[in-house]
Amino acid sequence: MKLRTALMATVFTSAAFAANAQEVTVMSWGGAYTKSQVEAYHKPFTAQTGIKVNSVDADNPAAPLKAQVEAGNVSIDVADVEFSDAIRLCDEGLLEEIDPSILTDAPDGTSAADDFIDGAINDCSVGNIVWTTLIAYDTNVFSDNAPSTMADFFDTETYPGKRGMRKSPKAMLEMALMGDGVPASEVYDLLETEEGIDQAFAKLDSIKDDIVWWEAGAQPPQLLADGEVAMTIVWNGRIFNAIASEGQPFALIWDGQIYDLDLFVVPKGAPNKDEAMEFIKFATSTGPLAEQASWIPYGPARVSSIARVGTFHNDDSIDMGEHMPTAPANLTNALQNDFEFWADMDSELSERFNAWLAN
Amino acid sequence: MSETSASDEILTTADGKPLKEALAKAQFFAKRRAFILVLPLLAFILLTFVMPIGQMLHRSVKNEGFTVHTDVTTGVRTPIMTELSIWFDQNPSGTVPDEAAYTALRNDIGALDELRSAGSAGTRINYLRAGSRSLFTKAARKWDKMEAPYQDAFYDLDDEWADATLWAAMRQASSSYTFDFYLAAMDYTRDGDGSVTKVNENRQVYIKLFVRTLFLSLLITFMTFILAYPIAHLLATLPLRHSNILMILVLLPFWTSLLVRTTSWMVLLQSQGVVNDAMVGVGILADESRLQMMYNQTGTVIAMTHILLPFMVLPLYSVMRPINPSYVRAARSLGATSWTAFRRIYFPQTVPGIGAGALLVFILAVGYYITPALVGGADGQLISNLIAFHMQKSLNWSLAAALASLLLGGILLLYWLYDRLVGIDNLKLG
Repeated sequence: MKLRTALMATVFTSAAFAANAQEVTVMSWGGAYTKSQVEAYHKPFTAQTGIKVNSVDADNPAAPLKAQVEAGNVSIDVADVEFSDAIRLCDEGLLEEIDPSILTDAPDGTSAADDFIDGAINDCSVGNIVWTTLIAYDTNVFSDNAPSTMADFFDTETYPGKRGMRKSPKAMLEMALMGDGVPASEVYDLLETEEGIDQAFAKLDSIKDDIVWWEAGAQPPQLLADGEVAMTIVWNGRIFNAIASEGQPFALIWDGQIYDLDLFVVPKGAPNKDEAMEFIKFATSTGPLAEQASWIPYGPARVSSIARVGTFHNDDSIDMGEHMPTAPANLTNALQNDFEFWADMDSELSERFNAWLAN
Repeated sequence: MSETSASDEILTTADGKPLKEALAKAQFFAKRRAFILVLPLLAFILLTFVMPIGQMLHRSVKNEGFTVHTDVTTGVRTPIMTELSIWFDQNPSGTVPDEAAYTALRNDIGALDELRSAGSAGTRINYLRAGSRSLFTKAARKWDKMEAPYQDAFYDLDDEWADATLWAAMRQASSSYTFDFYLAAMDYTRDGDGSVTKVNENRQVYIKLFVRTLFLSLLITFMTFILAYPIAHLLATLPLRHSNILMILVLLPFWTSLLVRTTSWMVLLQSQGVVNDAMVGVGILADESRLQMMYNQTGTVIAMTHILLPFMVLPLYSVMRPINPSYVRAARSLGATSWTAFRRIYFPQTVPGIGAGALLVFILAVGYYITPALVGGADGQLISNLIAFHMQKSLNWSLAAALASLLLGGILLLYWLYDRLVGIDNLKLG
């Protein structure tokens, strides 16, 4: 009898252990962005389900994801990737399909399919935020004559100083064209042509000696704070964080911003696929998406969450709504990243970009 | 007398066995024991060095992107583009694709769609012909709505399906083994008719980077030599207790993390950094003409010279320490000037150390990656940064492998040259 109890106890404890050992590994972009996800998704998710969330970071999670799947050694369960990468990875068969029926409906009963914004629900990916790439500058440097347009970024005569840019053709080529006077609506039509690409590279070339290149999203606020650059291309959430939390004297230029979706994907062969789906279901529900927006000004990818966006998590005087890429005032000359263009052209433009960099 | 008898008779041991055999047997046991002792090392080297390099070399000539689909979860391998490769076998290179070819293509793309591998097959073609990837993903989305004749159906989809270079690329890729990645690694590509040509000037990058890597590595080797020689001499000639303290100063950075040392250089050299601030502070520089010493070649050379310095100091020190000071004194007493005594007597004795240090620094510099990535900006990048780019970002592992193989081959060639000119026996590492 005693032995049996002991055995039972062992069985139950190990079962409990197995339950405790449930975990899911989420890869994101690091810095203030990962922090917002940990606060809004990971912690409440663990509290609700008991599933532990391991958070890992990469400069761009799409690259390690592809490497892991191709090498047959997958250690991440969920990754946060850009729209074009989500489509490309899905085309290449590197992602698990996500059944849209697992997504939760809005609290008012609107179905998930209607509640998510356009493009957020795909075969292998579910959108979580809208983020943008834009210009930030140091207000101390340009105290008399503040820059206000994309053209000013490329005008180092009137606005002297180094420029920070991301070491990747994506968004930089579009910005070069907009800086050259091309209206946002015509950018991609022009980039489809060889002349358009030449024009973009020529524009970049005109300030090449003044560019400091960055690779990780946490670098540009640092470059600005160090005085290494006077103006930089940056992701809006990172720079907002430097301004709101650290009180840095930076200002943003919304003219020519390029906004894009970030989406959750599950790599093929993810070790904890079921938990991954659970996580995505939880994180993309109305509450957590709205909560995330109180930590960083990235717009939630569903309508019911946008309505709930409030103030900054530790400062009630900052209304997060007006710092969103999708706020009407910020959209006067904005461009939506063309995911199909980049899914197709990324590798060849990267090749040309590398050659241009090295020359 | 006993000598003659010994050479005629077979020598035997006390128990009557021939001495030769007994010796061989004893030696065999000793050798086997020695072999068992080195076995872990051998296994280690095979597993962590020979095998990965072998795999890398293999990957540089093999790419199955257009021939086999491997399911990542089950590992099941399915041949793809089978009908098209039969058509390629039946028709010689340069044949204009006919309806049979387009039918084969349509069926193969249908199979790709079911395997969800249109993207990866398209990527393989994209390596050979830019802008091809989307043709495959688009066709895979629409293949089941296509109707015969398929040639026209493909033209309706996109005019580029008629392009001869596309068909040449597909023919190239339809075999798993190829030297195309080596061509790409040397800025060459193939035309529509399969002939080898240079790539467009605005896409040429690799040869330039190989040359730059070689040049910067030689420059860094030379700089470390200039800096290390006096230090090593000082270390070798000072009394031991002083030289030990100096030696710790040499070794301290050596024990510090590479990343820490690189970031310290960033703090020092950036335009708002310590060095620029100091020069502006004492009035050498005007505030608006701060020197750009970071995010360019200067940054790479300065940081790498510092990081590789100990690899030059230590071999130099080890050959200088045992040099007897009385040689130089003797030369001086026989009337040599201090320069002649140094040039004719001291310097030649340190050459083995210079050789060893130079070889160490040069080979390390050629493969350096983290430091140029952090401080090199655009024009301070080395070939290893592009290898890392293709390993980690573009994920064109075959091209990365081809570049790495060329780099390895280049270093072996230089090593051989060095051996012919200087002689590897003259090296002295310590």
